[in-house]
Amino acid sequence: MVREFFLAFQRTRTGRTTWTGWHNLHQIVNDPTFWQAWRNTGLFTGLALVLGYALPFAVAVLLNELRQARGFLRVLVYLPVMLPPVSALVLFQYLYNPDYGLIDHLLHALHLPAVAWLQDQRTAMLSVVIASTWMNMGSATLIYLAGLQGIPGELYEAAELDGAGLLRRIRHVTIPQMRNVLSLMLLMQIVATMQVFVEPFVLTNGGQGVGGSTITVVYLIYQYAFNFDNYGAASALGLLLLLVLAVFSALYVRLSRRVEE
Amino acid sequence: MARTATPVPETRTLISPAALARPRGRIIHRTVLAAVLVVFTAAFLGPLYLLVTGGLKTTAESIANPPTLYPHHLAAGTYGTAWHELNLARLLLNTLWYAFGALAFQLVLDTAAAYALSKLRPVLGNAVLGAMLATLMIPATVLVVPQYLTVLDLPVLHANLLNSPWAIWLPSVANAFSIFLLKRFFDSIPQELIDAASIDGAGPVRTLVSLVLPMSRPIIAVVSIFALVNVWKDFLWPLLAEPDPTRQTLNAGVYSLSNGIPQNVLIAASAISAVPTVLFFLVFQRNIMSGLTAGGLKG
Repeated sequence: MVREFFLAFQRTRTGRTTWTGWHNLHQIVNDPTFWQAWRNTGLFTGLALVLGYALPFAVAVLLNELRQARGFLRVLVYLPVMLPPVSALVLFQYLYNPDYGLIDHLLHALHLPAVAWLQDQRTAMLSVVIASTWMNMGSATLIYLAGLQGIPGELYEAAELDGAGLLRRIRHVTIPQMRNVLSLMLLMQIVATMQVFVEPFVLTNGGQGVGGSTITVVYLIYQYAFNFDNYGAASALGLLLLLVLAVFSALYVRLSRRVEE
Repeated sequence: MARTATPVPETRTLISPAALARPRGRIIHRTVLAAVLVVFTAAFLGPLYLLVTGGLKTTAESIANPPTLYPHHLAAGTYGTAWHELNLARLLLNTLWYAFGALAFQLVLDTAAAYALSKLRPVLGNAVLGAMLATLMIPATVLVVPQYLTVLDLPVLHANLLNSPWAIWLPSVANAFSIFLLKRFFDSIPQELIDAASIDGAGPVRTLVSLVLPMSRPIIAVVSIFALVNVWKDFLWPLLAEPDPTRQTLNAGVYSLSNGIPQNVLIAASAISAVPTVLFFLVFQRNIMSGLTAGGLKG
């Protein structure tokens, strides 16, 4: 049975070993969308780190301080993670609509200028990041919460006796104590966000309409393989992405070993 | 969880209990709590509310400017239209079939693999485990292309699995993460118990079925839940592996059929496809959350 299992395993992996040759690599590097896709992916990762990395931590610290309704709030934050992504994205597409979307309506009510969220090259990626953060922040929040509960209370006690205010306690106790969890999550977020696909695919149809401003590397892979039938180029690009991510993954493995010790 | 009857003395956090007990502290705590409750409900439940009510609006109202906060003209028929027009019953059945099939394969093969690695300790077991952990590090999206080519023409058997449930089931079995979780749990079962069973004449299979598995119920629940949810939420793979829209999962199917569908019908369809996972989550939220944190850092 075990062998059977490993056969299944290998089956799904062996396709990758087809030799692509330099030609494919040459082809994809010379495609102008290649650099655009990497830039966009980098932008997504950057924005997602500002929003999707910092926000769950702040939320976790906040929730950890509340004495009531914590269970309810935890369920609330995690709820979007359980939604089928397409449902959530259809909804966001609706909310972002410049003609009848609720978000622009709220902006209008606050006397702020309307934004053509997904149609504007400058805001398209930001819109994608906001939707993605809403959908995914729940799991990070829960992991942070679990980490926060492991911080010994005496440390806060001692810091307070030394006259440390709220912000200094966060800076000198919470963050150092959470360092390992924080850096693990950072690497995990980088690896995850660099593979972003569904969000731009559903929200902006991959980014075709908006001057390619949301074309990501994985979308480009998808396009090579399934729109252009060029599996070679797709695999070459996939290999490049793999190499980039391997660096972060290797760091992650080293770090998680250290945490376990 | 929040509903514990007796307030357990909590370990102190950032803010000391003494500071909270002071009147000023109590007021601040109440205000922050109320603000958080309002903001979070609006931010996380609000969109769900709009999803459900959006499906109750007429087409004209759903694209009206300014948008309405609740349906002024109830059009409950929209849900029926969505159900029939997108053939959601079919998609729902597909999803259930794929999800539970994948679950069954994963449970049988992954527990066997994990048990073998943990207790039977074959030669090269560690090498195998290392290889599996390495595959955890390979980004899933990079594998989509080779996986697709494999399904298109299965090696040795040369069968085309496109549009068949096998295309979903087979790759899901190779879940290194569940094997790893199960193995870690099996490792924690004392060897003495297993030795005792083998003295009583139980072979490895019997030990697994009547000793190890009953003891592992919590972790099996976690693995099962994640297996189901993964199939349910997956998007790209079912879209590729089941190009025939009548064979797709809810998630992929709603997307493929979304072109040319009126806004309110599309929203109703999205709401319907969200119902099963949300209900599932509300029932199993404890297991899901403990699994998330027990499973280490991989969500």
